[in-house]
Amino acid sequence: MKLTINGETQDFADGLTISGLVEALGLHPKKVAIERNMEVVPKSLHAETRLSEGDRIEIVQFVGGG
Amino acid sequence: MEDTPLIIADRTLKSRLIIGTGKYESYEQNARALEASGAEMITVAVRRVNLTDPDQPMLVDHIDPEKYIFLPNTAGCFTGEDAVRTLRLAREAGGWDLVKLEVLSDPKHLYPDMEETLRAAKLLIKEGFQVMVYCSDDPVYAKKLEEAGCCAIMPLGAPIGSGLGIQNPVNIRLIIEEAKVPVIVDAGVGTASDAAVAMELGCDGVLMNTAIAEAKDPIRMASAMKHAVIAGREAYLAGRMPKKRYADPSSPLGGLI
Repeated sequence: MKLTINGETQDFADGLTISGLVEALGLHPKKVAIERNMEVVPKSLHAETRLSEGDRIEIVQFVGGG
Repeated sequence: MEDTPLIIADRTLKSRLIIGTGKYESYEQNARALEASGAEMITVAVRRVNLTDPDQPMLVDHIDPEKYIFLPNTAGCFTGEDAVRTLRLAREAGGWDLVKLEVLSDPKHLYPDMEETLRAAKLLIKEGFQVMVYCSDDPVYAKKLEEAGCCAIMPLGAPIGSGLGIQNPVNIRLIIEEAKVPVIVDAGVGTASDAAVAMELGCDGVLMNTAIAEAKDPIRMASAMKHAVIAGREAYLAGRMPKKRYADPSSPLGGLI
């Protein structure tokens, strides 16, 4: 299935969960926040949330800022 | 001669200096400047992770969110909806509801869009956020933001990143006199004396980023700002002498030989 992650479309295996995605991307689950189709998905639901074709995912972190 | 501590939304701060975490050479330098500044609260931005290089240095690896109060900002947001979306993510990333709202207008001058700022503040407060708000130095809008429920009013001293110092002390003082929540000058400080001026006006605190990050020696400037904020606060509490038009000798006139 195709997912758009931070504006870029990539292919992933069907049935992937958010936790699976975070792991596949090599990210630290505690240090990021995730939005799926404009809605925040709480960390407690990452393991059970399965992604669907065409989902738009934003993965953000804290960076330096004023 | 104890001062009352700065309390923002039930959080007690010993330091009246809040610093940003942008524009430093590295997070390592940033962490050292933070240590030198004595600040307990830092502003941070929310941005996309770099997917092509997930091993890039991360802010939270250098500055411990358990040790410092992270204040997520909405820099780069131009509408209330953008701001709400960004801070929902920040709340998820960190678990904090204390945030810095800034809704800017033109990238050329980065002046806040006050109509949109007020609308965004109301949206955020409705969602349970505690909002420290970056605003123009307009006492009327400052009051409206306070009445909307903002927990700190943060007027600009001069445009963001300009380092021009407090351009409109009359307005800043008016805002302070009217406010029942902390007033923090945010943006415009260039050097230590600017921070002292803000504090002498009676501000509850000063927020700065570029003045430290773009100093030749950021660590030393961070230390200078720490002392300037303390000096300005002490001078405000002490109450300055009246200004006079003519000289007044400090040594007695009587008993001259």
